[in-house]
Amino acid sequence: MTKPTPPARSNRPPLALHVPEPAYRPDDTPDFSAIRIPAAGEAPRPDVAAAAAETHPLCTHLVRVLDEHGKAVGPWDPKLDADTLRKMFKDMKTVRTFDDRMYRAQRQGKTSFYMKCTGEEAIAVSAATALDADDMNFPTYRQQGLLVARGYPLKDMMCQIYSNRGDKLHGRQLPIMYSDKKHGFFSISGNLGTQYPQAVGWAMASAIKGDSRIAMGWIGEGATAEGDFHSALTFAAVYQAPVILAVVNNQWAISSFSGIAGAEQATFASRAVGYGIAGLRVDGNDALACFAAVRWAADRARSNNGPTLIEYFTYRAEGHSTSDDPSGYRPAGEAGAWPLGDPIARLKAHLLLLREWDDERDAALDKEIDATVRAAQKEAEKLGILPQQGFDDIPSMFEDVFAQVPWHLAEQREQALDEASEFLGRDPA
Amino acid sequence: MTQRNIIQAINDAHRVMMTRDPDVVVYGEDIGFFGGVFRATEGLQKEFGKTRAFDAPISEGGIIGTAVGMAAYGLKPVVEIQFADYIYPGYDQIVSEVAKIRYRTAGEWTMPMVIRSPYGGGIFGGQTHSQSPEALFTHVAGIKTVIPSNPYDAKGLLIAAIEDPDPVIFFEPKRIYNGPFDGHHDRPVTPWSKHPLSEVPDGHYTVPLGKAAVIRAGEALTVLTYGTMVHVALAAVEENGIDAEVIDLRTLVPLDIEAIEESVKKTGRCLVVQEATRTSGFGAELSALVQERCFYHLEAPVVRVAGWDTPYPHAYEWVYFPGPIRLKNALSKVMES
Repeated sequence: MTKPTPPARSNRPPLALHVPEPAYRPDDTPDFSAIRIPAAGEAPRPDVAAAAAETHPLCTHLVRVLDEHGKAVGPWDPKLDADTLRKMFKDMKTVRTFDDRMYRAQRQGKTSFYMKCTGEEAIAVSAATALDADDMNFPTYRQQGLLVARGYPLKDMMCQIYSNRGDKLHGRQLPIMYSDKKHGFFSISGNLGTQYPQAVGWAMASAIKGDSRIAMGWIGEGATAEGDFHSALTFAAVYQAPVILAVVNNQWAISSFSGIAGAEQATFASRAVGYGIAGLRVDGNDALACFAAVRWAADRARSNNGPTLIEYFTYRAEGHSTSDDPSGYRPAGEAGAWPLGDPIARLKAHLLLLREWDDERDAALDKEIDATVRAAQKEAEKLGILPQQGFDDIPSMFEDVFAQVPWHLAEQREQALDEASEFLGRDPA
Repeated sequence: MTQRNIIQAINDAHRVMMTRDPDVVVYGEDIGFFGGVFRATEGLQKEFGKTRAFDAPISEGGIIGTAVGMAAYGLKPVVEIQFADYIYPGYDQIVSEVAKIRYRTAGEWTMPMVIRSPYGGGIFGGQTHSQSPEALFTHVAGIKTVIPSNPYDAKGLLIAAIEDPDPVIFFEPKRIYNGPFDGHHDRPVTPWSKHPLSEVPDGHYTVPLGKAAVIRAGEALTVLTYGTMVHVALAAVEENGIDAEVIDLRTLVPLDIEAIEESVKKTGRCLVVQEATRTSGFGAELSALVQERCFYHLEAPVVRVAGWDTPYPHAYEWVYFPGPIRLKNALSKVMES
């Protein structure tokens, strides 16, 4: 250690920089017993038209519905019918199976990249269930559950992942950067946080036009440090935009724990306090609590009572992406030690308790989902996998930069075609 | 036909388009009740209401980020960034989002919007109210960059930009808002009322994007320029008695390459004039294009006139500014070699 330079004024203590450090590193045994987990049913539920300040105690609380036995308790219980519960359950399982298949496809060299949302399936699936079908989402890369729950074809998702002939985005986007207007899913950006003010802008437009649709913006806790997060909250508050702003706090931004984004000082939900908008902090592994929070915020937004910030408190059970190995920065057993459990197991326990589900049906469902995902994959792969792509339709690469291809792109297109011919030894068309 | 300066022309373009298209929404810092620090949006809130012309928080990233969402919804945002020097907090939204969304969604979502901003120096604005950052935008695939140089074009180009299906960066040379500036900072400014291009038709008309204008026909050399420098270059050419062809590019992307080639192949000499700092400026692109496409017609090397590669210095503005002397010397260089 280098010796500190003597302070110029020796009667003052030397300043110390605080660099946050997570509690556990790879060789440690994780112990999350210090995290305060309020009991299910404990959080009060304000009226959807309540003053924003009435929600602010909830920003340091935790909205939870499912107790440790799988029973739905308290004022946030959305009292969903069994079919809706089973639909959410199936969608969550489908997301997990899809993730596993596509992760494997990446490892098999069929594509370049994949991102799972393991442990976070309840969040996007319940939001899609709680929103109206024509409400608009500005998602991050970990909300594939929105597409699955809204019935977007799995095959189309896979074609995007393979950048193949069935990819409606013509192989222009990194795998999982889906986009689909019909399913209210805005194009995902790799520049984190940009979608947050966009969601607010969409909601402002809806209000300007006297529409009844609302928007939901998504961000991870890591990217709340971006300026876009704060501009989004400012605009949302100033114009009382009909928007739900979600922070998925899964504790990890690649290798940086949530403390690097400010979690040691305040919860992410409590950002709402400073902006004077409604805020909720929700158990992100509790599908019913997640549903109830979004439905509450949606009803609030739709009745011109303004925006809501929702922090989903959850845990990223797997690596950031296929390019990440979390064993380099956190203990291997952390996901298992996470005190909020697994969202699929918790919803299953609830269904079992209601006698709306049984192990036999569960096994049959797993089999059905596996077959569905495999069949979709087979169909998608008929249209090609990534290593086979990149020469089929070179002119398409120069389209959609502008509405019309200007002269300089037309010239470059010719040059690209010539280069490809030389490389391939044949006409690429 | 009404006599208008550039501010009045811009204001009128807004009014025409807000009347014709209910999806046009205008916002920016101070643009609502007050009508903008340069008055370009004066009266719009009163005429069209608060939900179509309103003040925005001081957050350029927020202004452009929300505009992306509005365009995704189906509106046509026309936003004002108070000074081009303030645009950088919104740069990520412009470069990564506005410019790329048509491409990355294969046309499912498009971003018809106009980002207007006063730019350039000559008003003692210091470093943060004088920059010419056009090359930071012409370098980005997916956005158009437009710069008018007179009231007639300002209105026609702005209407064309609002009607264009692609996003447009619309830089307004603020030094010439009220009158064409000939580069002689020590002489009184002529108001637009003495200039024929201040005759601005009422109602709707367009000046097409991507089309340059020959401001002065000539045989001796071609001057390629835009914005304030159109007038500075024109004055220099006249004062030095050179029969130059002066081309006002008006749109930098997409560039009117045909007009450039036609003129340079005719004259055999080319001077590129920009107010922006020299290195990696748009003039460098022009110079390269002329060299690549007209080399065998050239009788002299292409010469660039630009601002120095320093930040814009407040007190030394007129040493920085590419004025009559820099132009005279550059014209001599192109003509003599």
